[in-house]
Amino acid sequence: MAEAFLRRHTPELFGLATLLVCVLGFEALIRGGVVNRYIIPPPSDILLAFERVIVEENILARCRDTAFEMLVAGGASVLVGVPIGVLLYRSALWRRAMEDWIGALAAAPIVLAFPLFLVLFGRSPKTIIVMGFVHGLAPIILKTVEGLASTRPVLINVGRSLKMTQSQMFWKILLPSAMPIIFTGIRLSWTFVLITIVGIEYLINLGGVGQLINELAERYDLPGTYAGICFVILVSVLFFLALERVESWLQPGR
Amino acid sequence: MSISEKTSLAQEPALVVDDVVKRFGRGTEIVTAVDHVSFTVRQGEFVSVIGPSGCGKSTLFNIIGGLLSDYEGAVKIGEERISAPHPAVGMVFQEESTFPWRTVIDNVAFPLELQGVAKSERMDRAHHFIDMVGLASFEKAFPSQLSGGMKQRVSIARILVSQPKILLMDEPFAALDEQTRLLLGDKITQIQQELNQTTLLITHNLTEAVQLSDRIVVMTYRPGQVKRIVDINLPRPRTSDVVGSDAFGHYVAEIWNDLREEASRGMADSESAASRRATHG
Ligand SMILES: Nc1ncnc2c1ncn2[C@@H]1O[C@H](COP(=O)(O)OP(=O)(O)OP(=O)(O)O)[C@@H](O)[C@H]1O
Ligand SMILES: [Mg+2]
Repeated sequence: MAEAFLRRHTPELFGLATLLVCVLGFEALIRGGVVNRYIIPPPSDILLAFERVIVEENILARCRDTAFEMLVAGGASVLVGVPIGVLLYRSALWRRAMEDWIGALAAAPIVLAFPLFLVLFGRSPKTIIVMGFVHGLAPIILKTVEGLASTRPVLINVGRSLKMTQSQMFWKILLPSAMPIIFTGIRLSWTFVLITIVGIEYLINLGGVGQLINELAERYDLPGTYAGICFVILVSVLFFLALERVESWLQPGR
Repeated sequence: MSISEKTSLAQEPALVVDDVVKRFGRGTEIVTAVDHVSFTVRQGEFVSVIGPSGCGKSTLFNIIGGLLSDYEGAVKIGEERISAPHPAVGMVFQEESTFPWRTVIDNVAFPLELQGVAKSERMDRAHHFIDMVGLASFEKAFPSQLSGGMKQRVSIARILVSQPKILLMDEPFAALDEQTRLLLGDKITQIQQELNQTTLLITHNLTEAVQLSDRIVVMTYRPGQVKRIVDINLPRPRTSDVVGSDAFGHYVAEIWNDLREEASRGMADSESAASRRATHG
């Protein structure tokens, strides 16, 4: 049984082993004085800092705040991005008019526009959420258009030959066929959203894990700072695991 | 149904293709894909259209299926000229066309779902046709878990379940090996006899056409015209065993005689096109 478990989880175990080797490598380099411990603290110190940031800094509550902002911003970019994508797919003119702009939006470093958003929404979680949302929108729109447009013509012909209505065609053929590409868009988008949210928390010193990382850094608590970063990764992993669940629920058989 | 009723029904054409012409492109680039093609398919009859690659078979298929509305002449079902998909026609496409996000049974039940048939009934009916195409143990599988031939059987079951008056198939077995093709042919013959299904099969495979058909429409290569219509007087019920008979061999040889000319014209055409491309870099 142990053998079967090993064989089934080989990739995961291999991944963990690689991570472990890297961590041990850093530990050795830092302890050996090759890497300055005031730039990167030894992993063992970071591990020890975990207790401190959990108990004293209450980082779990901050993760909850960040996760909440992430949920609202990420959810909103899906709820708004997919319909916009559908509209662009439907109207060739709109699509030609807008696609480049949206591509530019996707590439723009929106984080730098934070003063503008501060003026508009104040120093509140609203600013953080809106900025995350804006940054997360473009990839979802673009991938939705791409997904719908790449529906195999023969499937559309099946629909036509069955005399499907426009709305049946959309819900039962176009959307399911576009789903894998839309999910690629969501994954991209949520990466942007999380970066923006934590970045803005850090920059405007407000709310969740980003702010805590800022504080710890200002206190020169390097192990604590790195432990905080580990928690950002944790939040990200949770979201992507949830997304994977939703995807395999919506997309059986692929 | 009495025999006389059956024969009188059989006289009535279910589908009329009358002087159909389809051209693509404009100016000097015009390609005549279908050129004054006429034939009929009677109720319950199995007709094949055979011709070399590029002779306009799929174009004809799309016209009859109502997917290409811009053509000259008339395709008629009853009194109606076809210019949009007709509810009496069920289409099986040349390309693989199952829905990868649905299980086999949900693929097959799809047309019933559109009609709003209750779930338990549509599962029962889908089940029946999945059984008929021999995929009973794969109902819960997804298309990605099936072979090419199995996917085509899913597409066929999906159309049969909606009980179309006329079944239209465009090279449904083109991607299959000869053995699978013969066995699937058996299935099709069996289904056709069971349901007395009016069927028009598009194919470029000679043995398949002779094995399955009551009549064969032989097409020429570009422009796609009707070269000849051959009656196949092989006994029914038929199985793939017929392939070994003398009569079968006779028909194959006869039609091959017609087709050879067309096929070699097609080959010469594509070879010269290739060398033109080569010389133009
Ligand atoms: N949409 C189109 N636009 C322009 N030309 C087309 C179009 N569809 C088909 N043709 C041309 O019409 C001719 C017939 O094509 P068609 O697909 O009907 O052939 P086919 O007999 O089905 O061939 P195959 O056996 O390879 O499937 C070809 O020369 C093709 O280039
Ligand atoms: Mg074809």
